[in-house]
Amino acid sequence: MKMAEKLQQLGERVPKRQQSLPKTLQDGSRIAVIGAGPAGSMFSYFVINMAEAMGLDVAVEMFEPRHFCHRGPAGCNHCGGIVSESLVQRLATEGIMLPDDVVQRGIESYTLHMDVGDVEIATPLMEKRIAAVYRGNGPRNSEPLDTCSFDRYLLELAQQKGATVVHRLVTDVHREDDHMCVHCADQYSQNYDLVVLATGVNSRLMETLESQTQEFQRPGRTKTFICEFLLGRKVIRETFGPSMHVFLLDIPRLEFAALIPKGDYVTLCLLGDDINDELMERFFNSPEVRNCFPGGTIPAQACHCYPRINIKAARPAYGDRLVFIGDSGATRLFKDGIGAAYRTAKAAAKTVVFHGVSAENFKAHYAPLCRAINNDNQMGKVVFGFGSLVQKSRFARRGILRMTANEQNQSDRPKRMSGVLWDLFSGSAPYTDVFLRTLHPAYLGSLFWNLLAGNLPAGMIRNGHGRSEERNHVEH
Amino acid sequence: MANLGKQYQNGEVIVRQGDAGKCMFVIQNGEVEAVAERNGREFRLRKMGPNDFFGEMALFEHETRTATVRALCPTHVLTIDKKNFLGGIHEDPSLAFRIVQTMSHRIRDLTDRLAKYEEDSQQN
Ligand SMILES: Cc1cc2nc3c(=O)[nH]c(=O)nc-3n(C[C@H](O)[C@H](O)[C@H](O)COP(=O)(O)OP(=O)(O)OC[C@H]3O[C@@H](n4cnc5c(N)ncnc54)[C@H](O)[C@@H]3O)c2cc1C
Repeated sequence: MKMAEKLQQLGERVPKRQQSLPKTLQDGSRIAVIGAGPAGSMFSYFVINMAEAMGLDVAVEMFEPRHFCHRGPAGCNHCGGIVSESLVQRLATEGIMLPDDVVQRGIESYTLHMDVGDVEIATPLMEKRIAAVYRGNGPRNSEPLDTCSFDRYLLELAQQKGATVVHRLVTDVHREDDHMCVHCADQYSQNYDLVVLATGVNSRLMETLESQTQEFQRPGRTKTFICEFLLGRKVIRETFGPSMHVFLLDIPRLEFAALIPKGDYVTLCLLGDDINDELMERFFNSPEVRNCFPGGTIPAQACHCYPRINIKAARPAYGDRLVFIGDSGATRLFKDGIGAAYRTAKAAAKTVVFHGVSAENFKAHYAPLCRAINNDNQMGKVVFGFGSLVQKSRFARRGILRMTANEQNQSDRPKRMSGVLWDLFSGSAPYTDVFLRTLHPAYLGSLFWNLLAGNLPAGMIRNGHGRSEERNHVEH
Repeated sequence: MANLGKQYQNGEVIVRQGDAGKCMFVIQNGEVEAVAERNGREFRLRKMGPNDFFGEMALFEHETRTATVRALCPTHVLTIDKKNFLGGIHEDPSLAFRIVQTMSHRIRDLTDRLAKYEEDSQQN
């Protein structure tokens, strides 16, 4: 069966009739956006913007039970809250500026912690282009913030453009004749010309949709962990600074671990293959983690959650009058999920305004982006595979530490390893780009030399590349 | 609360006329002025504030900066680098829409000013 026909079946409860309504947006067309996280809000913003430019008057309703102004997990779309360098720049180019009260901290550098030592990698332009934000209104039991959550800010942008918010939980979406029907938990039910699913991966609705049709596969997911530590602004400034702290530790199944400073709190994010208690215990007991906190003691967790993360795209991510965006469609593996939400939201908005809402339209104009993201994720798996090898090899870690530290200490030196690590941690570049850069002969040559030099006994290496010159890092 | 971008103090030059450029800038907060220097004299071209951008020509051409831009008060400015911008345009050409729109406003403004200048010089 063709992809285009698969979602046709989604919850069909009445016999199919001759399709009569046009499959392009018209004046007065109604669009339901299910979920107003970054994907849903940005879709609503762009679709209204583009429709306006085309002289079309469409009605956009965003279904979202959350208000994003409560503290704790109930008010937040659980995430590390890093808005990547590439997304900050793209939003600024679009004219969407992240206001000061949305940005909890501007990130200037990454500090890589390994058992062989730590090294700080400064932003290439010495400028704060990565934003640490809250997705809700801060951790549970925190003081009410005088700042604004990222999701709330985007939601308000969409509202200002003219989208309306329906604070209801959607329990079912199905096709009736040639329109889509949306049902809510409180029996509210409405028909739409297009339904945009932006529910993320932590929603029961995706489960319902999967059970209704054999061909639709909701995104693959795995469990992650996030928690917040209350340390106070002063301590955070002194111990963490404007740096995101990432860990490369020999802990199986742990792909990425980061401490992200924000206001009075530090957010910890653990990503990998089904993060569980045993893995967390090993992480918290490692000296590299303990040493990051004042007195080497891990403080009590002010707030925590175990959200799931998308590790495999939904299939198919579209049908007639139906499209899945953000985490519920396709996203980047472990990195820049908000950036992928923006990209898929905008691609879907362009498709519906300039081409139409049929499965063929989505296949021609939306699916290529999802494919590009998925293909890049395959390369991401290779890159994370190398990361796992490095995690297991102290020999490799020494070489990487040495190469990075030397690059950071000498401003005129090409920053090959620093650039690779920067883009990998920040999610600023596609995995394919990162991978190709590691094949450059100069990168390989320098890595080879540093692997040798970093593992020879101290004193055997002449100046210029010697350990004595590495001031930007601490060796353990 | 925190700012993104790099901070410039009152009077500090952000880009200098004649320098090579590889990026454009978006003002996060504060105010800047763009001035053109001719024969040792400065002419103010325009003032700009939050969300305005400048230096965009460097993204499309290999020419040097056509004006000097300096901060008029403590100002945060975000750099948009060529690689990110062109990569973005390649995936999504509509990313350039706002820039094209603003450049079009600026051409219109310059045309008006030129017409007025011609008119004034003919009257004198
Ligand atoms: C541990 C962890 C850390 C992460 N860190 C980062 C990071 O630092 N930077 C980054 O860019 N990305 C990060 N991500 C990924 C990022 O969180 C997602 O990619 C991003 O939130 C996707 O946005 P979205 O709008 O698609 O979905 P979501 O943000 O999940 O939003 C979905 C929305 O839909 C609503 N919804 C759900 N079901 C229904 C329903 N039935 N009816 C109505 N509304 C509904 C929800 O309330 C929610 O508001 C992280 C993810 C995890 C798990």
